[in-house]
Amino acid sequence: MELDLASVTPEETKQLERNVFIGTIEQLKGWVRSNSLWPLTFGLACCAIEMMTAGAPHYDLDRFGVMFRTSPRQADVMIVSGTVTKKMGPLLRRLYDQMPEPKWVIAMGSCATAGGPYVKSYSVIKGVDQIVPVDVYIPGCPPNPAALIYGINKLQEKIRYEAKTGKRVTDQ
Amino acid sequence: MSEEENKPGETKPEAAEPAEAASPRPAGEPPEGGAPAASERRPLTEEEKAARRQAAAERAAARAGAARGAASGGAAGDAGGPEAPPKPPSPNQPLLDRAVQLLREQIAEDAVVEAWINEPNDHLPTLVLKGEYWPQAARLFRDHAEFGCRYLRNMAGVDCETHMEVVYHLLNMDTGRNYCVKIRTDRDRPSVPSATPVWETANWNEREIYDLLGVDFPGHPDLRRIMMPDDWVGHPLRKDYVPLDPEV
Repeated sequence: MELDLASVTPEETKQLERNVFIGTIEQLKGWVRSNSLWPLTFGLACCAIEMMTAGAPHYDLDRFGVMFRTSPRQADVMIVSGTVTKKMGPLLRRLYDQMPEPKWVIAMGSCATAGGPYVKSYSVIKGVDQIVPVDVYIPGCPPNPAALIYGINKLQEKIRYEAKTGKRVTDQ
Repeated sequence: MSEEENKPGETKPEAAEPAEAASPRPAGEPPEGGAPAASERRPLTEEEKAARRQAAAERAAARAGAARGAASGGAAGDAGGPEAPPKPPSPNQPLLDRAVQLLREQIAEDAVVEAWINEPNDHLPTLVLKGEYWPQAARLFRDHAEFGCRYLRNMAGVDCETHMEVVYHLLNMDTGRNYCVKIRTDRDRPSVPSATPVWETANWNEREIYDLLGVDFPGHPDLRRIMMPDDWVGHPLRKDYVPLDPEV
């Protein structure tokens, strides 16, 4: 289909400006992906209770397109909600590896971020970023649902920013 | 906490004299009745501190006396020992003495190493037994009509730094009677005969104690780690445990 720009009338130009958005395919993908973040149903400790609460009607994660999936094959985000023990670490890594690209990780709470109160424990991994790359860290012990929603918003921002600019938010 | 601390010290030694037992109450207790939380935070006066110290010392002396009495004579009456201050015997003292007597008669004369009443823990009769007699003693505790402890309520391992201890809490579900049995064992090669053939529930408890403290339980059907990964090095709840990967 040929488009002769010379034959477009001023009225048609106005209509086009109102109804047609111009952008890159990357931006489109960023827009779509950031609004359908499907996390893996995967809870480890008390943070998981807050995560469930965030998914329940009062906070209602569904309104952001965040719907929990029961299979890593269908998930985009892993919300590491709780303490990761050294026994659990390999299983967590395996679930991460089973998720298809593109994929993101949210470290929820101080345990997943840096070991939290178990920082001197023999059995706890002090920060889940030692086994999987983390995109967003949410502080708190545990973070309340609003904090989790804020973290998910930050991840959405990050996805859109990276799609728009082609630059990484951080250079790690 | 402070209630428990007070009660044995205040009521026990003066139980023979009601007036004396009652007199500290108006002084110390009324604020506690009105606002327990407030009195909890209130710093103790010097007299109260001294009274508590004395009570603790008396308790320790009484316990040592009771243990000596039970270990040497095992008689019901003079468990307090001759030098201890007169003190009403624990309601569970006859129970403990009978247990010691039964174990000596039915198992071995030297089966009981130590025996005392654990007063803060609801006057729990506590016995330290020799490890080599434990399989027979466990069966006696379960099957003898006077014990009837068909339920092993709890089991724990303790690293006392001088030795290892395995603690069994036994319960007779008909009478509600409790016993606490402790087995001491060497710290470098800890080993206690398994109680799993007697109480099936000991299975996982023994695996846990093996996993975290390294105590061997000969006679256990399947003694392997239960909590730590199978390839874990060391037993993490031992006081001398050095982690392999402290930074992770």
